[in-house]
Amino acid sequence: MQMSHAIFERNSIILLIGVLITVAIGGIVEIVPLFLIKNTIERVEGMRPYTPLELAGRQIYLREGCYTCHSQMIRSLRSEVDRYGHYSLAAESMYDHPFQWGSKRTGPDLARVGGKYSDEWHQVHMKNPRNVVPNSIMPGYAFLSEEVLETEEIKDLIKAHRMTGVPYDDEMVENALADLKAQANPDSDYDDLLNRYGEKVSVRDFAGDGPKVTELDALIAYLQMLGTLVDTDVYGIEAKLQQ
Amino acid sequence: MSSEHKDVDQHSGTETTGHEWDGIKELNTPLPKWWLYTFYVTVVWALGYFIVFPAIPYFDGSKWDATGGVINYDQRAVVAEAVEENEARLKPYTEAIVKASFQEILADQELMDVAYAGGSIAFKENCAGCHGTGAQGFVAFPNLNDDDWLWGGTIEDIHQTITHGIRWEQDYDTRYSQMPSFGSDEILEKEDIKDVTQYVMQLGGLDHSAEAAARGATVFEEQCSVCHAADGKGDKTQGAPNLTDAIWLFGSDRETIYETIYYARNSVMPAWKERLDEATIKKLAVYVYSLGGGVEPSDAAAR
Repeated sequence: MQMSHAIFERNSIILLIGVLITVAIGGIVEIVPLFLIKNTIERVEGMRPYTPLELAGRQIYLREGCYTCHSQMIRSLRSEVDRYGHYSLAAESMYDHPFQWGSKRTGPDLARVGGKYSDEWHQVHMKNPRNVVPNSIMPGYAFLSEEVLETEEIKDLIKAHRMTGVPYDDEMVENALADLKAQANPDSDYDDLLNRYGEKVSVRDFAGDGPKVTELDALIAYLQMLGTLVDTDVYGIEAKLQQ
Repeated sequence: MSSEHKDVDQHSGTETTGHEWDGIKELNTPLPKWWLYTFYVTVVWALGYFIVFPAIPYFDGSKWDATGGVINYDQRAVVAEAVEENEARLKPYTEAIVKASFQEILADQELMDVAYAGGSIAFKENCAGCHGTGAQGFVAFPNLNDDDWLWGGTIEDIHQTITHGIRWEQDYDTRYSQMPSFGSDEILEKEDIKDVTQYVMQLGGLDHSAEAAARGATVFEEQCSVCHAADGKGDKTQGAPNLTDAIWLFGSDRETIYETIYYARNSVMPAWKERLDEATIKKLAVYVYSLGGGVEPSDAAAR
């Protein structure tokens, strides 16, 4: 072979530029189509920003590392669709920063766990998963029901998500704490919350522990919302079959 | 590089880079041929891949799009096809199950086999989380193998419960009743609740204080008999459990019964009609009915 590559080996700046060009080509080829292919940019109806309580629950989900064992990504394979329901749409994680697709399943996928179990089941299961699934290897999270949810930072959290492009408006930011408390208390005046986030927001005492808002309230509120926002019949399998 | 740089190492016979660091020279060993040709093959493969699979973005005059590739591969279409294929395979049974009444399904061995097998699979994924893989239940989640039913054990009752759930507020047809929190809502004094607890234990044939139970009987008559019936045998139209049998969903010790009356129990079961199709729900009803505790309609009327 000729020694033409020697110019890269003898000149570090040229080598650096060569590396940058090579990596850029790889990046462009992999990333650019994602901004253009329909599947990854389709707009769907039903997505809304997470309510403050759900967002706080999501923080607990991150803090406890739930994503190390649970994915939130139903792949478009028949076996997954049969088990977990409609495959995940890209738009369903559009307000996730960072997304929670995960890369490994020790436990089941949670992308559509919302509404699959009762709140009471989640309470019992979080306390000790063996109480309802005898062969489960998931750790118990009994302390969640004892820890009062820290809410000082909820407004900043919403602001931070707004900076990443989640369409929280000023009112949502201002009333973050009030909305958070309203959602966990069915006796509260939660009309404003529903006006801001939509009629489909569930207002319940998720942890079944009365008026105090615990970390368990937030986590269950988050889990019960997962996968319920978009009416998938309109977008995926059903629509494909009708084409 | 020009040939004047050419410097061949005498030991290996390989060209060097021409550099020399304190007498040490670097061999300019070329890449092995097999490696190089494999690399060229991957480059050619990538070009083919670009043509065959969706890959190349373009602007079609009004919006950005991307080439579909010559085979127009779409994983969503693949899964839709796989789902459709499976549905088509089961179609004769699915249609028959949806169309047939439960009595017809139970009488037809072939339909029954399909419904039972399908119900068993759906149960493991969707129901076992709460009711257990053997439908044995857990504290707060009923055993489905016995013949003690909260909301009725005929196959139609079971079908109704699975379809619309229990106290599942998003479903307008859900089964609904609400036990009052006699203690926390201050309907009864603590002493009264203690007495009723003793009376409930008497109804259940448990060790109790006869004196307190006698006082509790009056309170029971006033407060509890509306749903649990005067004899404590419950009312399936309201999901009020029979208090006279040996089956206790939350426990039969004094503290648990007291807690039940004080805070009330209003368990929730999700409605499944949004998540599962009608054929699957019917299969589940058949499966649960067949677990051993299913009630014949005639028996239900007699009770």
